[in-house]
Amino acid sequence: MDLGVIWRNLPFLLVQGFLGFGTFVGGTLRLAIPAIVLGFLLGIFIGLGRLAPQAWIRLPATLYVEFFRGVPLVMVIFWMWFIMPMVLQTAIPEFGVALVAFVVFEAAYLGEIVRAGIQSVPRGQVEAATAVGLTGPQTMRHVVLPQALKNMIPSLVTQFIVLFKDTSLASIIGFMDLTKAAQVVNNREIRPFELYLFIAVVYWICTYSMSRYARSLEHRLGPA
Amino acid sequence: MSYQFNWSVLWSGQSGQWLLSGLLLTLELSAAAWLLAVTLGIAAGALRTMPWKPLRALATFYVEFFRNVPLLVWMFFWYFGVPPLLPRGAQDWVFAHGLELWAAVCALGVYSGARFSEVLRSGIQSIPRTLLEASVASGLTVTQAYRYVLLPIALRIIIPPATSESLNLLKNSSVALTISVAELTFQTRQIETYTAKAIEALTAGTLIYLVLCVTVASLMGWVERRTAIPGLITGGRGKRG
Repeated sequence: MDLGVIWRNLPFLLVQGFLGFGTFVGGTLRLAIPAIVLGFLLGIFIGLGRLAPQAWIRLPATLYVEFFRGVPLVMVIFWMWFIMPMVLQTAIPEFGVALVAFVVFEAAYLGEIVRAGIQSVPRGQVEAATAVGLTGPQTMRHVVLPQALKNMIPSLVTQFIVLFKDTSLASIIGFMDLTKAAQVVNNREIRPFELYLFIAVVYWICTYSMSRYARSLEHRLGPA
Repeated sequence: MSYQFNWSVLWSGQSGQWLLSGLLLTLELSAAAWLLAVTLGIAAGALRTMPWKPLRALATFYVEFFRNVPLLVWMFFWYFGVPPLLPRGAQDWVFAHGLELWAAVCALGVYSGARFSEVLRSGIQSIPRTLLEASVASGLTVTQAYRYVLLPIALRIIIPPATSESLNLLKNSSVALTISVAELTFQTRQIETYTAKAIEALTAGTLIYLVLCVTVASLMGWVERRTAIPGLITGGRGKRG
């Protein structure tokens, strides 16, 4: 064990790799946060689409979800890596490729969470809203979605943890995140055990605190 | 976008052979990791019910630490980090017997084991306590109650989340390409490298994964319906991660 290797490379690992401030475009957080926000926004559309009464909206949304749930994320990343420069006719930075891949992929899972959350709202709520004179979109906005969102929060946080962990896969196309930074340091110092254990602990601290937060939310909100 | 499709690259040359061997290795890797994961899952679940606190703490540590760290990090850890710590003889043996495959099985199995343990635990916890009390009241011993009442129910409840966890394991086996295990995704990339036909190669790999996953899911859906417990709402695939 030589923990000095961690200490010597701490700024590179954490400031460059984890936060993304440095010479390379990268950073685990710089990728994870926009991916979570955009993935959730797309997920809302997918989830609502899955519940649409019109078949021409429902079927594509269902296909979308089933497709992305049957394919490994690594495959989706490679697809974007090859397809995006081809379609857009220009070089795309690794950040752009990874962001699009994560948003598109996680939206399928987040969409299912949104759908389950909306379906968990009792039917009587919709009937009551209609009875007091609210229109369909008003019912959705003022009655169904606020309750659904509350039910969704624990599974949403769980899925955000999954997305956060998945961002490590952006390193396979060369994105300089925490995992890639550890690889770079390891190539120079050859201390794989210490380095990978250290970044495992960094990932764990983030995900574990997120899951503790999810659990406390679950207790506070209680079953709806 | 001006791309010349040439689907014949998938069956000319060595492509077909590569895809087939990749598929077989994916299945082998997944099967071995699945066995390890289920074993570890059951062991961790059992340890968590032990009355001696250090054992419980050990199992909790395993579950919380291994499932909350990215699989890719575990791949690198087992591939690069662990072998130098092994005794000389064991080191020589793994280097001569496909180190990358062993590392992938360990990484995938140990990672998924922590997740399986949670599936088993929530399955068992979802059974009401009163069921055990009712069984004992009707004259069964505790062992009999577990054997004839609780275990059959738990196994049925576990089917949907265990299926989705197994499918995750299958899909996650693609991460093994990072430590150059020649599984399906690796072979897909190889076809791309040799033929420069990215879309064709990726389509082939993607379709194989889709067919695998849809087949397993519908097979398990059938088992689920066959063994459904009357009066209980089941169905729905669980979360991934």
